Amino acid sequence: MKVYQFTEQPYPEAWKDHSGSLRVNLPNRKCDPKLAADLFHRYYDEWMLADELGYDIMLNEHHQTATCMSSTVVVGLSVLARQTKKARLLVLGYPIGHRQDPLRVAEELSTIDVISRGRLDMGFIKGVPYEFAASNQNPVGVMERFWEAHDFIIKAMTSHDAPFNWESEHFHYRHVNIWPRPWQQPHPPVWSTTGSKSNARVLGERGYVMATLGTGYNTRALYDVYREGYMSKGRGAPPSDRFAYLGLVAVADNERDARERGEQVASYLRSSSIVHLPFRNPPGFLSVEDNARLMRGETPPRSYTKDRRVVDMRSGSVQELIDAGILFCGTPDQAYAQIVDFCEYCGGMGNLLMMGHAGSMTPADTVDNLTLFAREVMPRLKEYKQPVATATAA
Amino acid sequence: MSATSDAVAINGIRIELIERGAGRPLLFLHPATGIADDAPVLDALAKRARLMAPTHPGFGRSEAPKGFDSIDDLAYFYLDFLDSRGLDQVAVVGVSFGGWLAAEIAVKSTARISHLVLANPVGIKVGGREQRDIADIFAVTEDEYLALAYCDPKVGKRDYKAMPEAAVLAASRNREATARYAWSPYMHNPKLKGRLHRIRIPTLLLWGTSDRVLSESYGRAYCAAIPGARFQTIERAGHYPHEEQPQEFANKVLAFIGS
Repeated sequence: MKVYQFTEQPYPEAWKDHSGSLRVNLPNRKCDPKLAADLFHRYYDEWMLADELGYDIMLNEHHQTATCMSSTVVVGLSVLARQTKKARLLVLGYPIGHRQDPLRVAEELSTIDVISRGRLDMGFIKGVPYEFAASNQNPVGVMERFWEAHDFIIKAMTSHDAPFNWESEHFHYRHVNIWPRPWQQPHPPVWSTTGSKSNARVLGERGYVMATLGTGYNTRALYDVYREGYMSKGRGAPPSDRFAYLGLVAVADNERDARERGEQVASYLRSSSIVHLPFRNPPGFLSVEDNARLMRGETPPRSYTKDRRVVDMRSGSVQELIDAGILFCGTPDQAYAQIVDFCEYCGGMGNLLMMGHAGSMTPADTVDNLTLFAREVMPRLKEYKQPVATATAA
Repeated sequence: MSATSDAVAINGIRIELIERGAGRPLLFLHPATGIADDAPVLDALAKRARLMAPTHPGFGRSEAPKGFDSIDDLAYFYLDFLDSRGLDQVAVVGVSFGGWLAAEIAVKSTARISHLVLANPVGIKVGGREQRDIADIFAVTEDEYLALAYCDPKVGKRDYKAMPEAAVLAASRNREATARYAWSPYMHNPKLKGRLHRIRIPTLLLWGTSDRVLSESYGRAYCAAIPGARFQTIERAGHYPHEEQPQEFANKVLAFIGS
């Protein structure tokens, strides 16, 4: 198993004084640039420590929000491409359905792949609902624009002999010929995230790495649809390295301290959903059928425990989050057992995207969390032999 | 109550169409919220006109044709609609988004159109680049929206839990279709204002005076850009005067078109 250290690079001071929304319309006067600089440097330092400890690294971006100061992932990737030595650098993700200019995306990511000497993992996403208010891109049809941007970026990264022409529904170019071309051939690995079965199948057909977040003991159904898509292309069962899962992680020498730390990491779930209501579901983000169900007051729960209890991610207790497979928390032995149990349930899950820092967790706590996990849990996870499920769970 | 809508095909695109009454042809173009079969305004108009009230492609139960994503697509669709039915001397009446659509049709061709009525229409940019002419209905809560759009918010309130499933699905499609056509540039075509001078047929701007989605000065600027257009107000009505004052709305429209 590979373990990617991830933080949203939050600005937790904003939690203390806000009027109901941490995203989109939280005035940026509340951001002190000096404090922001200190936080950025600290987060980069912790990622450099993660590199030394044997982690891989995951970065993301969000917009107009105190929950994630990284508003352009290219900056963080650029810094870490130069400053880290061994870690894979996963962007999960780059919201390409929002970008006006996918040529620029292809150029940026190729350059980062070259500077890092081939350590880039390239996660493309459609973006969370609140991003549309910031980007002003039309949420209707975003998946079509996403796939056209994807097709264009891959074509730009894999065309080497002459400029090519691209005149399609969303993007127009006449002389595409990027410099530099990517280090990894034919292109850096492609990842994506999804919560929908129709997307899971498409990702399986393409053989891309599929990540989910907060799906807990509801993950298997998505993985199985991926497997069907993967095998429909004449391949055997997908190996566990095709699957990734974003889990919150808090370990400590004793269970009590670990749970306190778990509470701090869980603050991510409690803060990231605080958004001005109308921005939570822009038209077209969900299907018309799903929106009709919402209008009728039917909201399907997303997170379940292993024994099918519903857990609300935003308000669940540490114990409930552990039961739901959203938080891996305890002593190193306990966390290891929880993660292995989850992998067995999934039929194989080869990439743990570990949120090892969130909210106002201190540098000392973060370093301790990362160091203990790297020393006590990661070696065992690297040894652990993943199952390779071939078909639907019972 | 009158007959419900039928499905018809124009250029292979299937849409819902309510047809009622006899006399002068009147094409009613609904706002973003759609039009219900039992809307009182329809019977009021159909008393003295041959009313046609289609549901725009992508809205309600009408097909969403592949590639339709701009107000132009809808405007050309309705020009085809008039051609295919061989209609002449048509009064085109549109409310809000439908008013924008009516104006877009008229700047392209008024060959088959005798009169134009625009009720609280969106569609043009009047103010400066940092001034929002049209309230962002996607950035407010439902209650805030109702307070902006209605003189009496209760008129616009919908109880989706009590509505038939198909009607809720149609409302969901209305919301998505509105964004498909009008997300950005938001609710307007930057080119339209400079083209309104092409409208050389009798035109009436109707204005529900309690509208807080748009300001009355916006409506008057719209009116001033269309040669010879008249401006009339409807009291105790907001952004959707056909819904809040259906009888007065119909009376004013029918009087204007001489029906």
